[in-house]
Amino acid sequence: MPKDGGIGASTKRREDNRFLTGNGRYTDDINLRGQAYVHFLRSDVAHGRIKGIDTSAAEAMPGVIRIFTAADFSAAGGLPCGWQVTDRFGQPMQEPKHPILAEGKVRHVGDPICGIVAETLEQARDAAEAIEVDIEELPAVIDMAKALEDGSVKVHDDLTSNLCYDWGFVEENREAVDEAFARAAHVVSVDLVNNRLCANPMETRVAIGDYDPWNDQHTLYTTSQNPHVIRLLMGAFVLSLPEHKLRVVAPDVGGGFGSKIYHYAEEAFCTQAAKWLKRPVKWASTRSEAFLSDAHARDHISRIELALDADHNFTAIRSTTLANMGAYLSTFAPSIPTWLHGTLMAGPYKTPLVYVNVRAVFTNTVAVDAYRGAGRPEATFQLERVIDQAARELGVDPVELRRKNFIKPDQFPYQTPVALEYDSGNFDATLDKALQLSDYANIDKRVAEAASRGKLRGIGMSQYIEACGIAPSNLVGQLGARAGLYETATVRVNATGSISVLTGCHSHGQGHETSFPQIVADMIGIDASQIDLVHGDTANTPMGMGTYGSRSIAVGGSALVKATNKIIDKAKKIAAHLLEASPEDIELKDGKFSVAGTDKSVEWAAVTLAAYVPHNYPLEDLEPGLEETSFYDPNNFTFPSGCYICEVEVDPETGKVDIVNFTAADDFGVVINPMIVEGQVHGGLAQGIGQAMTENCVYDENGQLLSGSFMDYTMPRADDVPSFTVDHSQFTHCTHNPLGAKGCGEAGAIGSPPAVVNAVIDAMHRGGLTHVRHIDMPVTPSRVWAAMQN
Amino acid sequence: MYAFDFVKPSSLDEAVAALADEGAQPLSGGQTLLASMKQRLNAPEKLVSLRAIPELQGVRREGDTLVVGAATTHARVTTEAAADYPGLAALAGQIGDPAVRNLGTIGGSLANNDPSACYPAAVLGSGATVATNRRKIAADDFFAGMFTTVLEEGEIITAVHFPIPQRAAYAKFQQPASRFALTAAYVAQFADGVRVAITGASEGGVFRWSEAEAALSADFRPEAVAGLKAPAEGMIGDLHGTPEYRAHLVGVMTRRAVAAAR
Ligand SMILES: Cc1cc2nc3c(=O)[nH]c(=O)nc-3n(C[C@H](O)[C@H](O)[C@H](O)COP(=O)(O)OP(=O)(O)OC[C@H]3O[C@@H](n4cnc5c(N)ncnc54)[C@H](O)[C@@H]3O)c2cc1C
Repeated sequence: MPKDGGIGASTKRREDNRFLTGNGRYTDDINLRGQAYVHFLRSDVAHGRIKGIDTSAAEAMPGVIRIFTAADFSAAGGLPCGWQVTDRFGQPMQEPKHPILAEGKVRHVGDPICGIVAETLEQARDAAEAIEVDIEELPAVIDMAKALEDGSVKVHDDLTSNLCYDWGFVEENREAVDEAFARAAHVVSVDLVNNRLCANPMETRVAIGDYDPWNDQHTLYTTSQNPHVIRLLMGAFVLSLPEHKLRVVAPDVGGGFGSKIYHYAEEAFCTQAAKWLKRPVKWASTRSEAFLSDAHARDHISRIELALDADHNFTAIRSTTLANMGAYLSTFAPSIPTWLHGTLMAGPYKTPLVYVNVRAVFTNTVAVDAYRGAGRPEATFQLERVIDQAARELGVDPVELRRKNFIKPDQFPYQTPVALEYDSGNFDATLDKALQLSDYANIDKRVAEAASRGKLRGIGMSQYIEACGIAPSNLVGQLGARAGLYETATVRVNATGSISVLTGCHSHGQGHETSFPQIVADMIGIDASQIDLVHGDTANTPMGMGTYGSRSIAVGGSALVKATNKIIDKAKKIAAHLLEASPEDIELKDGKFSVAGTDKSVEWAAVTLAAYVPHNYPLEDLEPGLEETSFYDPNNFTFPSGCYICEVEVDPETGKVDIVNFTAADDFGVVINPMIVEGQVHGGLAQGIGQAMTENCVYDENGQLLSGSFMDYTMPRADDVPSFTVDHSQFTHCTHNPLGAKGCGEAGAIGSPPAVVNAVIDAMHRGGLTHVRHIDMPVTPSRVWAAMQN
Repeated sequence: MYAFDFVKPSSLDEAVAALADEGAQPLSGGQTLLASMKQRLNAPEKLVSLRAIPELQGVRREGDTLVVGAATTHARVTTEAAADYPGLAALAGQIGDPAVRNLGTIGGSLANNDPSACYPAAVLGSGATVATNRRKIAADDFFAGMFTTVLEEGEIITAVHFPIPQRAAYAKFQQPASRFALTAAYVAQFADGVRVAITGASEGGVFRWSEAEAALSADFRPEAVAGLKAPAEGMIGDLHGTPEYRAHLVGVMTRRAVAAAR
């Protein structure tokens, strides 16, 4: 049994007390003395040339303090892109400028043109209506294939085309893959769309800029998953502010799912305007604005091809994708369809040859970037759909086809043909567990019973592996990352033995305030309630890279283990002094230091007190105090894996799909807090099911967003998802981090979409509708019904 | 939202007087009006709340008729009409979520005449009469196309008079995002025939499906309409369904309403 509050205990989330009682403090809860409000006048056309902006009438309106346009920011840099992708021909990607306010052209509906700062928000909005913007409308570039045609209108006049890059991976394998396809006994392919999504965290984005002339210090309060990254990007690249003059604070953050990783224009605007106006400037996004300004996600059009030999061994994979970048490059956008996508195209299988081609395209749409899973859901969707299709075409069991091609437990570490070296995994184990928990063996009975009620029932599976816990800095540096991806922890032990843990990670719903202390409590053997986590403020946390890519426990938790070990080492030396023994003989158990083989001992709090009141202390050998920092840079990704099985019933009259069972058997390595991990899986599954069944960002040909509110953008709701069966008993240790833990935050969203679609297609086939080969996500009632008709 | 004046009269006469002012508009549950004001799509200079007027409140039976006050919330109709007119009560219980049902009202819904709203189907399907401060309007005359009714400037709905059918039911297929009706059918059987009203489907708003009415008047069973197909022409096509899909759902939902009628 795990120790209460220690590693492996389902300790209740302490932060929920304040969240559930209305005592959370989010960015919008912060109101500074003398604060002014900014409203952004945003483009209502997708593409156009700005011929003139007349703000004179608006300037004279009540309460207006100042109206800013791009001209005011001519000295500022553009919003930087944090990753440079090199194309198939060794050339860097095309990288357009992303100005804070639209310069010369507007490039998507929602592109900010003016920032109107006024005494009240309503006054700012009133003034916005009095601004006259003369825009010469240009044809909107929306369709990716057309955007790449010769002679297409260009989103960026200074680039050679709308192509950001044409990426090939592994380029050296291109011909070998083609040959493998030519030789193959069977070739199966599926054309599919990975639908565009909008993350829609419950809390919309907010930014407050503040400037203090007393110490010439800028402060930005913002809804961010990674305040240090914002400080670095905005300070160094946009506003030329050195780190010691810029503080970034992200208090409680109400969900992010990736969309709050990026540095956004509104943050730079508020920070700079506060200095110019000598007043705090606040911006809070409305939900409508969020649809038009938060980074969107996914939006791939792909062809996936699988080659098999006569014995049904996979011999090659070829994947060809058009990836939408939107109008500008968001912070990590170029890396998503490439290094977070192409490298996963081996999946859990032994396929020896893989070639992935991705062409990234600029369009007159909101920028696209990472969202829960980021690249890995797109890869998993392709693989798990084409394998199901192969099983159908070959007339073999989809479970056995997968199992036959699995990398087996004794083959780890396993070098894939797409750069990654998987350290651990046991795909047969999670598969068997999921089969058992889902009662897969008796599906035929349930299909027959459903048929008696007039329903088409089907079952579908997906076996995923993903790479997270990002990332080894030297490796990602070679791949084009412009930042390191280590994480930090400072363990500050106080005189009475209580502990403040300072981390560069930042929870936006993951429960760090509970799980991080569990690690320290377990290692030292004191009560977790004596330990608090400090995060979200660059002024009082060590430089760290934040929370995304399922990295916080795997990377940040590992930094914490290292720092805590330093604390324990030093504390043992102090204890040895107090106990007049040698440090090697000191044991730490349950918060007590004792001399091995004796009954001599000293309590944790006595040692910590000695560290800060060093009267009886080896001052000649040891500094007083008890505070240690570690920077941990992982030497590999972590590779969670698992098997998801989805069972659906389709109403043949309406096409409505109901998920009746969903089983997730994951391998997350060592789990710190099982309850939190299950919550992460539930949330991930809900979002994966949302992608598969309900969510869709749709633009019309003029670049107007048709799904710009919750009246049309279908967020999954509680009654859209079943009661999940989740399991993480079939785990293998991560071999390269001190916790043995793998990331768990994104798995649900990565593994679930293909399981859902496979189940729907299975239901069609079991119901005799054998012409239905594929239905694009989201598998809405109208799409399913239409597919059933032909 | 733009600035506006707000009054909350306690009698119908005061409300009518207040609405005579330039730019005045009635406010009932605010579930439609306030959202459009927040988006600055609607800018009344004065809101006249109808929520404190006793004669606009409540559900009462008058012989074979159920009278619902215009400012009665969906939640009240759900419980208070249940005994006398269960089909209507069940429809009200399917509108939006609890927050919407506790504020939104039948009068606001009818005046708004959203082509995907639920109440218009019950009113047309029951052959109800819409009473205003000026006149009584038969359901067949009240709805005048998407978001349009025959209400005049300053005219307030005061109540809706529903003849109580022998049996009735509402079958709603939800638009997945808004959960309004993607297509829904209200079927009511009276001694002198059957009425079928369809909402959510047509570009013209709520309509009576006369072929189905004729078939069901002769034989009130789902099978009686199994062979009928509504034409796709004139149906709404959007993100959530093509005209063909909606036309198909007209048939499915009508059959389901017949099967559920009681
Ligand atoms: C989240 C959500 C979900 C919803 N789901 C559904 C659904 O599933 N089905 C459905 O049918 N509806 C749905 N609605 C709409 C809801 O039923 C509203 O209550 C209704 O459309 C308007 O009623 P109201 O009382 O709120 O009117 P208000 O918003 O106050 O007013 C609407 C319009 O009617 C006018 N008006 C109001 N009362 C009168 C009157 N007595 N006489 C003349 N004019 C008047 C107002 O001036 C205004 O123009 C939903 C709304 C929301 C916010």
